[in-house]
Amino acid sequence: MSIVVRGVNRWFGTFPALTDIDLDVPAGGLTALLGPSGGGKSTLLRIIAGLDHPDTGTIEIAGRDATALPPQRRSVGFVFQHYAAFKHLSTRRNVAFGLEIRRRPKDEVRKRVDELLELVHLEQLADRLPSELSGGQRQRMALARALAVQPEVLLLDEPFGALDAQVRKELRDWLRRLHDEVHVTTLFVTHDQEEALEVADTIVVINQGRIEQVGSPAELYDRPANEFVMQFLGPTTRLGGRLVRPHDIEIVEDDRPGALPVTVTRLLRVGYEVRAETRAEDGSTPWVQLTRGQADGLGLTEGQRVWLRPHASAAAVPVSSPALVPSSASGPA
Amino acid sequence: MTLLTRTEEVTPAPVARGRRPAPDGRSRLGRGSAVGLGVGVLWLSLLVLLPIAALASTAFEDGFGAFRDAVTTPEAVATIRFTVGAALLVTAVNAVIGTLVAWVLVRDDFWGKRAVEVVIDIPFALPTIVAGLVLISLYGPQGPFGVNLVGTQAGVVLALLFVTLPFVVRSVQPVLIDMERDVEEAAASLGASGATTFRRIVLPTIAPSIVSGAALSFARALGEFGSVILISANLIGKTQVSSAYVLKLIESQDPVGAASVAVLLLVVAVVVLVLLDALQRRTARRG
Repeated sequence: MSIVVRGVNRWFGTFPALTDIDLDVPAGGLTALLGPSGGGKSTLLRIIAGLDHPDTGTIEIAGRDATALPPQRRSVGFVFQHYAAFKHLSTRRNVAFGLEIRRRPKDEVRKRVDELLELVHLEQLADRLPSELSGGQRQRMALARALAVQPEVLLLDEPFGALDAQVRKELRDWLRRLHDEVHVTTLFVTHDQEEALEVADTIVVINQGRIEQVGSPAELYDRPANEFVMQFLGPTTRLGGRLVRPHDIEIVEDDRPGALPVTVTRLLRVGYEVRAETRAEDGSTPWVQLTRGQADGLGLTEGQRVWLRPHASAAAVPVSSPALVPSSASGPA
Repeated sequence: MTLLTRTEEVTPAPVARGRRPAPDGRSRLGRGSAVGLGVGVLWLSLLVLLPIAALASTAFEDGFGAFRDAVTTPEAVATIRFTVGAALLVTAVNAVIGTLVAWVLVRDDFWGKRAVEVVIDIPFALPTIVAGLVLISLYGPQGPFGVNLVGTQAGVVLALLFVTLPFVVRSVQPVLIDMERDVEEAAASLGASGATTFRRIVLPTIAPSIVSGAALSFARALGEFGSVILISANLIGKTQVSSAYVLKLIESQDPVGAASVAVLLLVVAVVVLVLLDALQRRTARRG
């Protein structure tokens, strides 16, 4: 294990930012801390980096107890959401900073910085000031700067949060490839479930200061531990007292065991997918996600009476309260 | 006067150096910028350049020899030397202490912070002669501390420190407020100690504001009259400041001498401001 967190609690005044956090981050992996804003994930990252302190509990980095160590001595590379570029220094000097203050020989610094600039594809922009770089370029510079001192772990706090959608996607793929090349233990914070599912080997879902579930993207998606995790990782809908994914629902045209009779209230085409909104007799309104081919094959029309049942392999959790749903991930209600 | 013709020349000229030239190769100003520039130059000419030109022309009215004689009398040399020295000392102290005060006001929370915020500006608000009276009642012969600074150079420096206190504080403060904390955190996680982070990251960022505050302090100290005149006791060759000396020359019907000393002070001020600017550029580059 590269990072071991044990029994960490942190209060901001009377607000419990983190509650009883135990976490093991495997060496060499790419781990995501995923959760809604204000859920404590950035606080946990900052505590690991030594930029914040836990009220109780311990932090171990690469087998060393780091709880009392200042950030300078934790061997941690940190990348901030808003780049934290040294504005008065060129790209090259930014990247060289950590090596220069360690008083490494000039030749060694130059060689290492050249390598890193090549790694992050900024060799052409080495002499520019941060103000002359785009957001994506600045973030790559920040990453090279953090990697320059060969940290044991790399921590990224919403690294792509300030970038526009297109650049975010490119950098995401690029981070994945970079990690395959560099293999430094990486822990990154995101509130974007797509980003976590796409990039991470392991996802840690954090909500209201607690860890909800830890697992691979597939585990979390297919076997969510609870309602929150299920809802946070993608669209869900309620079907007969259970929460299922709208693409895991089968529409059949006759009554079968376990199927719920509903009336199609609306058919909505969104690009390649068709959303069928329905109403059941108990007043619930499950919706189903189909491909255009499936919808055409069924010959669905609004007002039609059909039966819904979850696929045999569908992930499902029992519904307790509907109020937890973050609206962005829940789809049409 | 040469000044006015120069104003006319400046207006149509391509002044904005950083601007890319228009495709046809000529540099152009939009109508708005042209008007703005025109008004700015005219304003500056009337308020600053014109009086300076008048001053210079008075100083050299009787030729360069008269100017040289006026600024090399023993009394002139002593007063200019003392004034410039005191101003430099005050500027250096302000650059350090003012930055420190600004830092504390921005970064620390303490009881009474709001009150301190107000107190900082009092030297600005107080008529300088009142400041002089206050200082003399505190540090004069009847002062409560038993310290008599009247007629001493230390007293003059104290008065100058008092009236120039807010300059550096007020110019550094907003820059520190705007400075993102994550930049310092980034430096720390890269292994930089607090001192290294201050020297290589924070200082280059705030250096321009320290310099501009220091420049204002220096300028103010160089020309200060009201707060100094009482505590200095105007002792010739010891505590006489140049503004008092200039006043004395004017009162003794020597306008050329007064203008000459003033021009020399002006030259000193320009040199110091240029040096300060160079220093700031060096700090910013070094990082």
